[in-house]
Amino acid sequence: MNLKKYLEVYKKFLHTSLASELEYKTNILVDLITAILSLIGSIFLLSIFFQNNGYIGGWKFEQALIIQGIYTILNGITNTWFNPNLTEIVKHIREGTLDFVLLKPIDSQFFISLKKINPSGFLEIMLGFFLLFFCIRINQINLNLSFLTLSLITISCSICILYSLWFFISTTTIWFVKTWNAIEVLRSFLYIGRFPLNSFSFSLRVFFSIFIPIAFITTIPSEVFLGLSQLWKILLEVIVAAVFLITSRKFWLFALKFYSSASS
Amino acid sequence: MLEYRVEIALWAISGIIPFFMLNIWTNNNLNESINISDVMLSRYFLCAFFVRQFSVVWVVFSFEEDSLMGKVSPYLIQPLNPFFRYFAQHLAEQITRFPFALIIAFFFFIFNPESIWIPNLGILLLSILSTFLSFLIQFLIQSIVACLCFWTEKASSIERLLFIPTLFLSGLLAPVVSFPAYVKSWIYLTPFPYLIDFPANLLSGNETNVSGGLSMQILWIFLLFPLFKKIWFEGTKKYTAMGS
Repeated sequence: MNLKKYLEVYKKFLHTSLASELEYKTNILVDLITAILSLIGSIFLLSIFFQNNGYIGGWKFEQALIIQGIYTILNGITNTWFNPNLTEIVKHIREGTLDFVLLKPIDSQFFISLKKINPSGFLEIMLGFFLLFFCIRINQINLNLSFLTLSLITISCSICILYSLWFFISTTTIWFVKTWNAIEVLRSFLYIGRFPLNSFSFSLRVFFSIFIPIAFITTIPSEVFLGLSQLWKILLEVIVAAVFLITSRKFWLFALKFYSSASS
Repeated sequence: MLEYRVEIALWAISGIIPFFMLNIWTNNNLNESINISDVMLSRYFLCAFFVRQFSVVWVVFSFEEDSLMGKVSPYLIQPLNPFFRYFAQHLAEQITRFPFALIIAFFFFIFNPESIWIPNLGILLLSILSTFLSFLIQFLIQSIVACLCFWTEKASSIERLLFIPTLFLSGLLAPVVSFPAYVKSWIYLTPFPYLIDFPANLLSGNETNVSGGLSMQILWIFLLFPLFKKIWFEGTKKYTAMGS
C-alpha cells in the first residue's frame, strides 16, 4: 500500500464531495437543527428516567450525560462518513456500477468507504464534544496524559467497531440486493448505546456485549472518562475492534467472489 | 409485497425499541414513581410497538425518489391523485407486516407470560380505529412535507427533523403520563400524543380519555387535510417536468 497515494486520493474525495454537498445549504441547516433537537430529546428522555431516581444502573445523571456525549460524537461520525458511503454500496450493486470501482487501481474497500462525506455530521460531532467538555467540568474530571490516551484509544476502537458493523451489513447487499431494512435494524440496536449498559437486564446485557458489541461502543469509553474502567475491559475492546476490522475486511473480499454485475 | 418477506421481517424487528425502553423502565423500577405496575407498563410498550407498526409512514421517501427520477410527471396525468397510490402501498404493507408483528408479540408473551391479556371487542375495534386515525395524521403530515419536493429537492431532511419530536413526544420511548408537568401542560394540544400514546393506552387498558382522544385525532385530520390540498394545488402549479 502506498500511503502517500491514498492520502492524495482522499484529498480529492474530500474536495469533490464537499463541493457537491455544499450545494444543498439549507439542507445542512435543517440537519443541524435536527441534531440539536435530537440531543435535547435524548437528554429530556434521560431526565424522565432520573426524575425520581438518583441512579440508573449505578450511573448518576451527570455521568449518564457522558454517554450521551460520546453517542452524539459517534452518531455524527456515522452521519458524516458511514451512512452516505455505505448506502452508496447498495446503489453500486443494484445498478452494477461496482464494476467501475473494482476496475480502479485502488483498494475497493477504501474507495467505497471514504468516497463521500456529509458535512452536516461535523456539526453533530462538535455538539458531542461540547457536551463532553461540559461533562468534564460538572464531573470534575482532571485531565492528564494517561486519561487522554486511554479515552482516545477507546473512542477510536468504538469507531472501528461501528464502522465494521456498518460495513458488514452493507456488504451483505451483494447477496440480498436490498439492505435498507437491515440498516434500520442496526440503527435501532445502536439506539441502545445512548444508555448505560448496566441499566438493562442481564440477558440483554449479554446479547449486547457478545453478539452485537454495542456495549463496547459507548459504555467503555464513558467508564474511562469517569476513571472506573479496568484495564482488561480496555484491552478487550481493543481486541474486539481488531477482530471486527479484520473480519469485515475478510468478509468483503469473500463477498466480492460472489459479485456478478447487473445485466444491462 | 409478499416478495419482500425478509425485508418486512427486518422492518418489524427494527421497531423493537419500545421493548428496550421497557427493559430500562422495569429493570430500574422507574415505573413505581408514576404508579403504573410492571404488567401494565409491559402491555403499554407492547401496544406502542403494535401501534407504531401499523402507523409508520414513509411517503416522503417514496415521493422524493419518484420526483427526483421524474416519475411524477406520468402520475400527474392520471385522473387520480398520486398520493392514493402511496396510500394503497402503505395499507398493503401494513397487512403483510401483521403476521410478523404477531410473531414478535408471541415471543414477548413467552418472556412475559404474566402480561397476557385479551382486550374486549369494543376496545379492540376502538383502538384499531384510533391506530388508523394516527396513521392518517402521520400520512397527511408527511404528504405535506413531501409536497415541499416541488420547491426543494430534498424534502426528506425536513421529515427527519419532524421525526425527532414524533420520536420523543409520541410516547414510543416513555408513556406521556411520565412526562414532567411542564411538558404535560401543552403536549395534549399537539398531535404527538395521539400518534402512539393514546391508541396504545386504549389498547392496553391503561387510563385514557377515549372520546377526547378520538375527537382530537379527528380534529387534527380536519386541520391537516385542507392544508395538504392547498399545498398540493400550489405545488402542482409550480411543477415543471424535466428531461425529454
